[in-house]
Amino acid sequence: MEFLLAIMTGVLYAAGLYMMLRRSLVKLIIGLIIIGNGANLLIFLLGRITKGAPPIIPGDTKFFADIYADPVPQALILTAIVISFGLQSFAIILIKRAYQVVKTDDLDEMNTIEEEV
Amino acid sequence: MTQQFLLYPLLWQLFLSIVLMFAWRHIQIQKIISIVGSAIGVGLSVALFYEVWQNGTLVVQAASWKAPFGISFVGDMLAATLVLLTSIAGLAVSSYSAASLIPARLRFGYFSIFHFLILGLTGAFLTGDIFNLYVWFEIIIISSFVLITLGGEKAQIEGAVKYFTLNFLASIIFLTAIAVLYGLAGSLNMADLAILIPQIENRGLVEVAAILFLVAFGIKSAVFPLYFWLPASYHTPPSAIAAIFGGLLTKVGVYALIRFFSLMFVEDVLLDQILMVIAILTLISGGLGAMVQTNVRKVFSYLIICHIGFMIAGLAMFTELAIAGAVFYLIHDIVVKTNLFMISGLIYRIKGSNRFKELGGIYKEYPKLSLMMIIPMFSLIGVPPLSGFWPKISLIIASFDTQSYFILAAVIFASFITLVVVAKLWAEVFWKDPDKFPKKNHFLYFKKMTLARKLQMILPILMLTGVSLYLGFGAENIQQLSIRITSELMNTDFYINAVLPNN
Amino acid sequence: MRTLILKTASDYLLPILLLFSIFILLRGHYLPGGGFVGGLMASIAFVLHAFANGLKDTKKLLKFHPGFLMPAGLLLSFLSGLLPVILQDAAFMTGLWLENPIPVIGSIGTALFFDVGVYIVVLGVTLTIIFTISESA
Repeated sequence: MEFLLAIMTGVLYAAGLYMMLRRSLVKLIIGLIIIGNGANLLIFLLGRITKGAPPIIPGDTKFFADIYADPVPQALILTAIVISFGLQSFAIILIKRAYQVVKTDDLDEMNTIEEEV
Repeated sequence: MTQQFLLYPLLWQLFLSIVLMFAWRHIQIQKIISIVGSAIGVGLSVALFYEVWQNGTLVVQAASWKAPFGISFVGDMLAATLVLLTSIAGLAVSSYSAASLIPARLRFGYFSIFHFLILGLTGAFLTGDIFNLYVWFEIIIISSFVLITLGGEKAQIEGAVKYFTLNFLASIIFLTAIAVLYGLAGSLNMADLAILIPQIENRGLVEVAAILFLVAFGIKSAVFPLYFWLPASYHTPPSAIAAIFGGLLTKVGVYALIRFFSLMFVEDVLLDQILMVIAILTLISGGLGAMVQTNVRKVFSYLIICHIGFMIAGLAMFTELAIAGAVFYLIHDIVVKTNLFMISGLIYRIKGSNRFKELGGIYKEYPKLSLMMIIPMFSLIGVPPLSGFWPKISLIIASFDTQSYFILAAVIFASFITLVVVAKLWAEVFWKDPDKFPKKNHFLYFKKMTLARKLQMILPILMLTGVSLYLGFGAENIQQLSIRITSELMNTDFYINAVLPNN
Repeated sequence: MRTLILKTASDYLLPILLLFSIFILLRGHYLPGGGFVGGLMASIAFVLHAFANGLKDTKKLLKFHPGFLMPAGLLLSFLSGLLPVILQDAAFMTGLWLENPIPVIGSIGTALFFDVGVYIVVLGVTLTIIFTISESA
């Protein structure tokens, strides 16, 4: 399982980077989304995958007797997903607006401000 | 009671932005709330600073969860100082933007988002947890995305695309680094990590995590070779927004670098060498970039990059004196860079342009204002006895001590280049006889403004000029402060014991 | 998308989905659920209504701009975090709980109000985003 997830993370990072290096604005955003998912999967993977009981100590004991799933990575991933949800919706509005204003999807042509030094 | 005081500047900013959101449509009310609220925020930060100065580090465990498990907020001397500076810069920019921004921009909740940005900055300085730091960084970048696109002009959108992409990427790299570090150490609390990281056996992966953090914060703080988004975007938004960006956003990255590499990843030879190379190249490339630009705000953008190099250089040498120099420079830089971008806005209001060829003759028209504007530029160069001079002394002595002569050369080179750039700026913008250019019809020139609005624009600049004069003439106090900050930074037990008292 | 079937269904689905979202919100303390998920579900109820009846009808149904929900929810969450600071001088966001749980809702504490605040913010944000996008499209 870890092995599969590791490969999956790598593929997501690579695919995301590849998409980011394209010149199209839409592909750039897709690349960012994919690479963000790769990062979330990496947290999940590195937080140790355990098939165990939930991390709740029974009322009559004081310590964990058995192996348990670490709740922190899930909290981290949830936070990261919520944040990237906000960022991505912003990004989609941004590229829509950029397309309306600049009238192109090509990143190389978004340099009008650079030319007039 | 006193412990809880740590979070008041933070909570106050959150409260302000909520109140401002309720007053979404009433711009006049928003202006008043924002300025008065920022003034109260300065008061709270001064009180926090005084408290930390008198009684030492304050620690709050959010939601009362014990230290390594919950989120800790730590107010040591460095954090308290930076929170104070943030609130001062926030007050200045709040007043300045009330006068200089057109209502079309203010209508979309500018002030509320502005205070969210200040909230994010305050939180980033105060937090003692790396994932929480990530969250504050996200709050900062989300609000800065909104601010940079507010108005939606073509140049702004183009700048925003670059700004967005690189900052989003930096966040993802930061997240990746957190994942690797969590997998290694199993903790997110900075103090806890400071204990755990030296015990990790897999040094290779620790190095990887450190480099990932370096790249993430390097993009944020715009060091060589990761700075290209900055000059492509910082001159596009209105100058009030550029002021808060230029003054504080890159400095959060520098703060994070100082915090991480003085607390958690210490005594790493490879890292020190990388930092040293980065510092030298940042100083040189930023300076050379500033030389060739012919737009006031682009010049200032490159100067931001150039002067980040001083702080990185201090961090790279990692002696007591070098860090003190870097911290002093950080304090000085926040004030001066915020001020410079506000000055570029004032120039824009006077002449209707920021390009050299359309500028000139400001000294003849406004001699007193020009004098006021030249003081921050001189302190930027580091003309004695102004504020930029003292940290450079510390840096130069430290580079002699550690025999890093390349840094010595780069520091002196960058100072000279800054001098040349400022001299050129002075000649082009203030001295030169202006060419005749047709006046813009629907542009509110400085001359046509009401006195109240003029004062609202000038007073913040005057205030920050006053602060940077104090940093120069009261350098003894600031040096004392930086040395105290440094001794807290270098002695990691200090931070660890404050957060984890039973360790 | 204005079909009679969807339109009739959405009239019944809206209250059911809203009720379900509140169930998810309250269930979140011990079981999967909570303010974020609940808020998303509630906004989906309104989005479905907008699909079936058009944006205008949904806005009429809401009676106020969804953007207003954002500061309201934030204020509720903020105050629930601030309460322990004011009452007990405890750290920000420390949980305060009533001793006896109330039937149906369960135990009441500051965490519940925080979650309700999150619910309102998420509802407000999502609806604002979706309304803005579909208006400008």
